[in-house]
Amino acid sequence: MKDAEIMAKNPNRPLSPHLQVYRWSPQMITLLWWLSAIGGGAESYATFQKYVVSAGESATGFETAINWFFRLLGLAVTFSFFQHLASGIRHLVLDIGAGYELKANRTWASAAFIAAFFATAFVVLFVAPRFLGV
Amino acid sequence: MDSRTYIGRVRGLGSAKHGGEHWLKQRLTAIGNILLTTWLVVSLLLMPNFDQATLAQWLAQPTVAVPMILMIVIIFSHVRLGLQVLIEDYVHDEGLKFGAMALLNFYVVASAVFGIFVVAKLAFTGASA
Repeated sequence: MKDAEIMAKNPNRPLSPHLQVYRWSPQMITLLWWLSAIGGGAESYATFQKYVVSAGESATGFETAINWFFRLLGLAVTFSFFQHLASGIRHLVLDIGAGYELKANRTWASAAFIAAFFATAFVVLFVAPRFLGV
Repeated sequence: MDSRTYIGRVRGLGSAKHGGEHWLKQRLTAIGNILLTTWLVVSLLLMPNFDQATLAQWLAQPTVAVPMILMIVIIFSHVRLGLQVLIEDYVHDEGLKFGAMALLNFYVVASAVFGIFVVAKLAFTGASA
């Protein structure tokens, strides 16, 4: 079969597995929100903290729910950051032509996930008692 | 009509001279991101507290504002390069592809400019606010 026929048969075929990069957007929006809250002054930072960190002692149930939503989002964003970092470093190594043996490839792919898991756990253990009182 | 295969048609013509550019840029921005995000994570872990005043004074220092602006530029370049490949690979309708690519470019440029403005404002006008 010629290339053109294969392409005509399934024009929607994916060309490479590359869907992970969507994660950049929520991470970067969080970064920009945080930066602009710092730049905006004490009041805007208090708003940021009220929603994302903690609404304080007198928080309503709804505010607590929003806090937990952002905490879980923060957890997901932290893990995806470290996963992207570890996976990216792994691919930089693959780019120099190393680590293509099936066993080595599988080992490092798993190692990247495990490293991301422990890095996330480290940040959570550091952040939760210090800033969230959890 | 040319009945040769695609590869037959281009073989021997030499390279188009910019085939590796996108690939290389993505790797270079990745290396920059490793350095700069490591700097950010370590800085945040070493922060004494997360009060607005502390953070604003921290960000206003030249030694923090400069790497932060560099990080914003390199991150959004990397975002653009990565999502561009995603769109090229998965959006096959020409109109949708054009629209998605336009939105992506607006998004990364607007975001990067916004981030740079925030850091520059703190760095140039001081952290009194």
